[in-house]
Amino acid sequence: MGSSSKTSSDAKYSEMTAVEKASLKATQAALIGTHIDNNQHRLGPLLPILHDIQGELGYIPDTAISEISKRLNLSRAEVHGVVSFYHHFSTKPRGRHIIEVCCAESCQALGGRELQQYAKDKLGVDWYQTTKDGEITLEPVYCLGNCACSPALRVGLQILGRVDNDDFDELVDELTTVPLTLIANA
Amino acid sequence: MSQSNKLYIPRDSSSLSMGAEKVALTFKRALQASNLNDITIVRNGSRGLYWLEPMIEVETVDGRVAYGPVKAGDVDSLVAQGLLEGRQDHPLSLGLTEEIPYLKKQQRLTFARAGIIDPVNLNDYLATDGYKGLKRAIEMTGQDIVDEIKVSGLRGRGGAAFPTGIKWQTVLSAQSAQKYIVCNADEGDSGTFADRLQMEADPFGLIEGMTIAGLAVGATQGFIYLREEYPHAHEILNQAISIAAQHSYLGDDVLNSGVAFHLEVRLGAKAYICGEETALLESLEGKRGMVRPKPPLPALEGLFGEPTVVNNVLSLSTVAIIMARGADFYKAFGMGRSLGTMPFQLAGNLKYAGLVEMAFGITLHELLYDFGGGSFNGRPLRAVQAGGPLGAYLPESQWHVQMDYEAMAALGGVLGHGGIVAFDDSVDMSVQARFAMDFCVIESCGKCTPCRIGSTRGVEVIDKIRANVDRQDNLELLEELCETMVDGSLCAMGGMTPFPVQSALKYFPADFAQ
Repeated sequence: MGSSSKTSSDAKYSEMTAVEKASLKATQAALIGTHIDNNQHRLGPLLPILHDIQGELGYIPDTAISEISKRLNLSRAEVHGVVSFYHHFSTKPRGRHIIEVCCAESCQALGGRELQQYAKDKLGVDWYQTTKDGEITLEPVYCLGNCACSPALRVGLQILGRVDNDDFDELVDELTTVPLTLIANA
Repeated sequence: MSQSNKLYIPRDSSSLSMGAEKVALTFKRALQASNLNDITIVRNGSRGLYWLEPMIEVETVDGRVAYGPVKAGDVDSLVAQGLLEGRQDHPLSLGLTEEIPYLKKQQRLTFARAGIIDPVNLNDYLATDGYKGLKRAIEMTGQDIVDEIKVSGLRGRGGAAFPTGIKWQTVLSAQSAQKYIVCNADEGDSGTFADRLQMEADPFGLIEGMTIAGLAVGATQGFIYLREEYPHAHEILNQAISIAAQHSYLGDDVLNSGVAFHLEVRLGAKAYICGEETALLESLEGKRGMVRPKPPLPALEGLFGEPTVVNNVLSLSTVAIIMARGADFYKAFGMGRSLGTMPFQLAGNLKYAGLVEMAFGITLHELLYDFGGGSFNGRPLRAVQAGGPLGAYLPESQWHVQMDYEAMAALGGVLGHGGIVAFDDSVDMSVQARFAMDFCVIESCGKCTPCRIGSTRGVEVIDKIRANVDRQDNLELLEELCETMVDGSLCAMGGMTPFPVQSALKYFPADFAQ
């Protein structure tokens, strides 16, 4: 991905002091270790470990790949190969919210292609890119099983159906609006 | 009329996607505000009548009555006009749920409980003949169970339609200390949602079916390989598994039978190919989802090299019905070699999209018009893709086909997992053909050349045809490329990607002509 996809998390990281960076790395390493501990006893533990790490950190950092390979007695290439095979796993930090727009046939039959284009234009990004403010990453998805209510999209654990451009605007507004109480507490 | 004490508000993904959560919250507040605390809100699955979701039901002495599609803003007027007494005065009133023609015409066996029960209430499940099949199976030998499934004529509902009983026989006959039951819940075909609905509306049905499979072949561990795209199904399955384990329906000693069966959900990670059974097994083992050559069959060397039953959600859930009601009951439905019922899924540009479970043999035309009601937007329908992204596009001249595995195959179509996606007359079939190839580019595991390279070349050739570059030569080249992929690919991904392309060329040549 080009520099245009650079996320705010990247930007913030580059602004950190060496001490802050070291502390973030230590926290990450501890989390990664815990997720490996929690799953290592299971049959075929690699996918569950990757899911847990991405679930917590939002992506799979490079350090996780080294640590997993050591602990599971796999080569780095093997772990990297698994991470890169699956569309779900990301090796780069992403936005605070992930919007996945369905690109499959049922949604195509009811204006899905127009919705995809509208989403890209509205956010000013292409697939797998993050908005400049670091809020939203846009991703394609091939079917959410919501084909009776096409076109569909997903944000986090929420799935939306019969989505039109206005719905998309509303969603983006909701996702990028910080509740007043949070600002007051900040 | 007396006031009802139960209000049903669905919680499956599609109902939630249409606002069911907000409706439930609004009802809860309305009930609290009126001090109606003795009314229980039950979060059921969905009946699969999706154009009516969120569809609210109220229990009355005559049966359940329905209202839909309900928005949060309708709640006050619904309550004011007697919803809680089951009165049918409101414009959203639908009358008795069971009398809604779309539902009444259906033959629901696998989906008998969908939308009726609370999916994570074991008592609801038991009260609707749940675990009757398992209790019967416990009294039988493994061979007797396998024979019963063979007699039922059940064929794999994932799409391949392989006889389930024969697969089980292979695993039963294999000698091994460890065997596995793997449920393929990687429902990736666009236009399909039956697995999702089954898991979200009746998860114990799947759990029971898998436990019976375990007893039949001598497997003590099961895995549900669930796609990551189904977060609600994930939550519901985990809840149901934990409840089943607490009540000894799973565990070291299932219902004091002396037999163990453990069950675990594993998440995929967005890879269509992992719906192919050998790629799925690789993924479960923690590897890239690369297709394995067959033989060896997974039934003999499957998960971690052990004999493994890999069955679709619907096949396994149907096993519970067959064991509860008998093979003869089940095989009385259907036609020819396609016995029993098929949950068809109406999707895309249809007015009444939803789940239609019917005996095999119903025509595509009946599904599209008698059930589907024609197009959603009022334009004429032009093309229908049946059987997922690897299925052929069928023009109107083919819609009188009976929906049965053999009849569909005879006209070059695919019944697959029962998904039906309708397109109106604005569709450009050269764009759909291009998408079929492009989808294969994105989702191919890359193991075999015809699929990995062929799909990329396919996109390029279709682009040239669309740009009018050496059209005739490139049309011929595309035909040859399709044949190579069909004949030379390792699995159905590359082997069937040409079906939508070839059918688009055959039935809609005008779309490639300018």
